[in-house]
Amino acid sequence: MLLNQFLFLGAFLFATGVYGVLARRNAVLVLMSIELILNAVNINLVAFGAFRNTVVGQVFALFVIAIAAAEVGVGLAIVLLIYRNRRSIDLSEVDVMRG
Amino acid sequence: MDWILNHFWLVPAIPFTTFWLILFFGKRLPGKGAEIGVTGLAATWVLAAWSAVAWVRRPTTGSGHDVIRSYIEHSYTWFTNGQIKITFGFHADGLAVMMLVVVATISLLVHVYSIEYMRGDVRFTYFFAALSLFTCGMYVLVTASSTLQGLFGWEAMGLCSFMLIGHWWEDKANSDAALKAFFTTRTGDVGLLVGISILYFAAHETFNWQSLNSQALSGKIDHTLLFWGAFALMCAVIGKSAQFPLHTWLPDAMAGPTPVSALIHAATMVVAGVYLVARTYGVFWSGFSIGPGHHGVNVLAVIGAITIIIAALLAFVQDDIKKVLAYSTVSQLGYMVMALACGAWVGGIFHLFTHAFFKGLLFLGAGSVSHSGSHHSFDMKKDMGGLRKYMPTTFTTFVIGSAALAGIFPLAGFWSKDEILLSSGRNGYWVFTAVGIVGAMLTAAYMTRCVYLTFFGEYRGHGHPHESPKLITVPLVILAVLSVSAGWLGGFGLHYFADWTRNETFIAAHVRDYPFSVLWAGIALGLALVAAALAGAFYVREEFAFKGATTRSALAKTGHELLLNKYYLDNLYTDGIIGSIKGPIARGAYWFNQNAIDAVVNGVPIACRKVARVVYTGIDQIFVDGAVNGVGAGAEEGGVALRTLQNGRVQFYAGMLFAAAALLGLGLVLFV
Repeated sequence: MLLNQFLFLGAFLFATGVYGVLARRNAVLVLMSIELILNAVNINLVAFGAFRNTVVGQVFALFVIAIAAAEVGVGLAIVLLIYRNRRSIDLSEVDVMRG
Repeated sequence: MDWILNHFWLVPAIPFTTFWLILFFGKRLPGKGAEIGVTGLAATWVLAAWSAVAWVRRPTTGSGHDVIRSYIEHSYTWFTNGQIKITFGFHADGLAVMMLVVVATISLLVHVYSIEYMRGDVRFTYFFAALSLFTCGMYVLVTASSTLQGLFGWEAMGLCSFMLIGHWWEDKANSDAALKAFFTTRTGDVGLLVGISILYFAAHETFNWQSLNSQALSGKIDHTLLFWGAFALMCAVIGKSAQFPLHTWLPDAMAGPTPVSALIHAATMVVAGVYLVARTYGVFWSGFSIGPGHHGVNVLAVIGAITIIIAALLAFVQDDIKKVLAYSTVSQLGYMVMALACGAWVGGIFHLFTHAFFKGLLFLGAGSVSHSGSHHSFDMKKDMGGLRKYMPTTFTTFVIGSAALAGIFPLAGFWSKDEILLSSGRNGYWVFTAVGIVGAMLTAAYMTRCVYLTFFGEYRGHGHPHESPKLITVPLVILAVLSVSAGWLGGFGLHYFADWTRNETFIAAHVRDYPFSVLWAGIALGLALVAAALAGAFYVREEFAFKGATTRSALAKTGHELLLNKYYLDNLYTDGIIGSIKGPIARGAYWFNQNAIDAVVNGVPIACRKVARVVYTGIDQIFVDGAVNGVGAGAEEGGVALRTLQNGRVQFYAGMLFAAAALLGLGLVLFV
């Protein structure tokens, strides 16, 4: 089995996710980009698990999926509240914490 | 008989279950969930009483003042991670059983009382659910066998305290008070985490209380580490048990419903800090060199002593009856902390025991007054007065509670306070005994003022005062009986309380237990009576030397204003510290410079003369010198440097995060 291919796929997904998080203004798209990053990590976990012939990687991936679900739940709730308060989910406008 | 001590986990499990039951099914039941709460609490009360009997009947070893019963501890593996094995467990000993009895009794009575007091409240069911969760948290802390497990209970209580103080959150003041209580105690809780971590590594990787104590006492832990571990835990105690300088949250916490004040902010949660000290006594004993022979002054005792005096003075200028009681609680917590810090272990927890009953009684009494006498107001000067005719039961029980608090023979407070004064004196801490006696005089005086304003004179309110219903008066009467008799376990030369609570740590630390001294008790009692008489005369007699002192004497006026403004500590915290952190840091520091430092510089000639005369020069020393210069300079420079980073854009932060991670990764690849 070629580990490289999976790692390249993971790296590509990760880079895409980071680009999305940094460049997108829409909060929902940022959340989706975070999901991409998490899934990139999942691919790595599963790939390494398969490569070393152990189930641990998959177990970890399952944990990550569960946590990602919780995270997106909280994230969307926050986005919803931001929308209710400001009628916009543009992240560049949310800067009340500016020092 | 020992079955319950071997199955201690049942006690916290019951309120935990009732919490979920009330949350899910409470609203559909005829009693709106109250019946579940009361039933569950009654069950835990039975278990607590059972464990007390079982504990007393346990076989003893040693004789005389060395009688101990061996503890029962069961621990289970929670999880293992590599070499680290984390366990949870339950530790049953005299201290834990005593706390269980106190918590179960007060909580049960408060539950019953709340059925009437909270009747018709919009969030009635939610209120009872939170009470259950709170009780569960307290039980977890009390039955825990390790610091880590105690932390869970500790934090659960903090959360419930927040939820219950802000119970009527529609009013901005209430939700502000809840936030203030939460953040202030959190500030101290940082110390708890730090302390637990320090002690974990110092004590060869154990969280277990028993093991921590024995290692600390046998000198297996480096003294410096032990000192800082104890110091960090002390910060948590200062936050949770409302000690100076973090006591400011407790009076504001009175925004919550009165049963909550009685349960959480008088009898149980606020004594968690005291319990922590008593529980990890070996750490404090060695860390702060408490034992006799050191003749030292330790920082914990100083904090306790300052708290006793400043809180007692503040109680004189409050018009809100609950705030008088709140400051009184702060002051009494100071007694407990000071007692433990002076080696009076039994005195400290004995006072915790008796205080829970009479302070719970006083708060519930104040609630009864507001419920049926003053039309939901707590203002003694505007809406009370002369209530003794209308509310005889409330009046009688309130006076009993006040007398017990003031330390009048032979009520509960007399015996416990006397134990503290005597033991700390005999251990060589005479200064603190003197502070304690002054505190006792102040206590007697402000309670006289409180009772007079509430129950004597003419009725000043506009309602139709009447006696409260049975659900309120019965808990009052029960607590009044306990306020009279709880002290007898250690009074009249009896040693039941000490014999039953004394534990291995206590013995290993060679804590001395002194016999009752009539002379000292007489002095303390006499002075308290004199103070009460002076305060009484101040109100009853038309012409009295001190009347109008605040208008005639400049010194008294300054002191009065200082008290009215609560020593300006709140201003320091909200404007000085939080203001400089929250908003623009640099501008905050600049403001601080302009207003605080300049004001201090300009005001030094005036302020020095006034403040120095009013006893609290300690505040000047600590805050003006240390905090003003340090916070001002540090925050200004740090703020200017850091404010550009705080631009509020989430994506900028994310970029920093990824950049840092990438740098770290690069470093790993290149150098490791």
